Amino acid sequence: MPEHVATPGQTIGPFFGYALPYPGDRELVPCGSAGSVQLHGYVYDGEGNGIEDALLEIRQADASGAVPAAPGSLRRRGAAFTGWGRSSTDLAGRYWFSTVEPGSARPGGAPFFAVAVFARGLLNRLFTRIYLPVGDAILGADPLLASLDAGQRSGMVAAREADGSLRFDVHLQGPRETPFLTFPRHP
Amino acid sequence: MAASNVAGMSIPVLESGPVSQQVISEEIEKIHAGTAAGETQPRLDFAPYRSAILRHPAHDLRHVDPEGAELVAPVFGRADVDPGESDLTIGGAGEPIGERIMVRGRVLDGDGRPVRRQLVEIWQANAAGRYIHQRDQHPAPLDPNFTGTGRCLTDGGGWYSFTTIKPGLYPWHNHRNAWRPAHIHFSLFGTEFTQRMVTQMYFPGDPLFAFDPIYQSITSERARARLVAAYDHDLSQHDFLLGYRWDIVLTGHHATPMDDDHA
Repeated sequence: MPEHVATPGQTIGPFFGYALPYPGDRELVPCGSAGSVQLHGYVYDGEGNGIEDALLEIRQADASGAVPAAPGSLRRRGAAFTGWGRSSTDLAGRYWFSTVEPGSARPGGAPFFAVAVFARGLLNRLFTRIYLPVGDAILGADPLLASLDAGQRSGMVAAREADGSLRFDVHLQGPRETPFLTFPRHP
Repeated sequence: MAASNVAGMSIPVLESGPVSQQVISEEIEKIHAGTAAGETQPRLDFAPYRSAILRHPAHDLRHVDPEGAELVAPVFGRADVDPGESDLTIGGAGEPIGERIMVRGRVLDGDGRPVRRQLVEIWQANAAGRYIHQRDQHPAPLDPNFTGTGRCLTDGGGWYSFTTIKPGLYPWHNHRNAWRPAHIHFSLFGTEFTQRMVTQMYFPGDPLFAFDPIYQSITSERARARLVAAYDHDLSQHDFLLGYRWDIVLTGHHATPMDDDHA
């Protein structure tokens, strides 16, 4: 089949806030439910300012490592886990999700959340990964993490906070710029 | 951040006020002139769009093979989307003001396969160029009968369709006398999470194309044209609405293709 040329992306702009967010968008599982974890952090620009008009989406496996293909993300009823969520940032640039920690997609693999980042001023979406802090033995064997220097690598791994939550900041630019990803077949 | 750092250009910057359209247009022209043909996506580092200056990564994107959750798009179904959400003209007590239109097209992947039963979300300004968003301070009237948001699922052929109002042009503060071409924001999913995209659809013949740094962040004219819908007279309906056709192509997917096109 002939290759079709991808349509260009454009910035999400400043006015998505009344359209894309919806009730329960960031609660893949109810807050505080058994086995839930809060994944949270800030989205920063190149001068370290929090970005108030960014949007993050996560796609993930369940705790067993299986990636759900269940509908219902837009009207969650506390039933099926869909493995997808969306969080806009607040005035300080903070986002949060209530979810479960994903299992590994393959035996011995490093578990991660797949992430898409959107913001006013960002002309096309960016992809990254948020790896769980599962220890150097597993993280060091991950092909992507192994290709990064220590600073970049730490920029892709969530930190475990004292309250058990996972903290991960996205830096669009600057000395702590988050490593962003491109995949085969992306222009 | 002074614009004099932009792409080696030395442009006097008046820190006391926004720059002129001429300055922005010259920056755009210079970047386009230095670009090899064939780019299909917007530049992320595109300073004529001032908000991009601190919001683009300086490092190259890292090549990685997708795995796990990256290979599976979220799934949406009838429980997620009400069929009425694809008609943006029926939510209020009365008719919204403006030119009623239908926008219809197909969502395809990089191999030309239809993306079936997948979520499409749109948002837009009203006919006067005003968003319902509280941060929009443009002094144009809100329309009590128009929120400007819609959703639908593509059908078995990858087709989406929205009935709405043609959005108006509106000013913004990128530079002096900056106006956005009329556009509808689109949010799209494929069959893999790697195909996720957000973009903007424009209308043919818009006089503001040449002046808009967001549209012009795509350096190739051919690529820019892929964001412009076509007027489709066969889609127009007698005494009721005007039709526009716009197809969307996502990036290619990675999973072993299942030849289900004959199903």
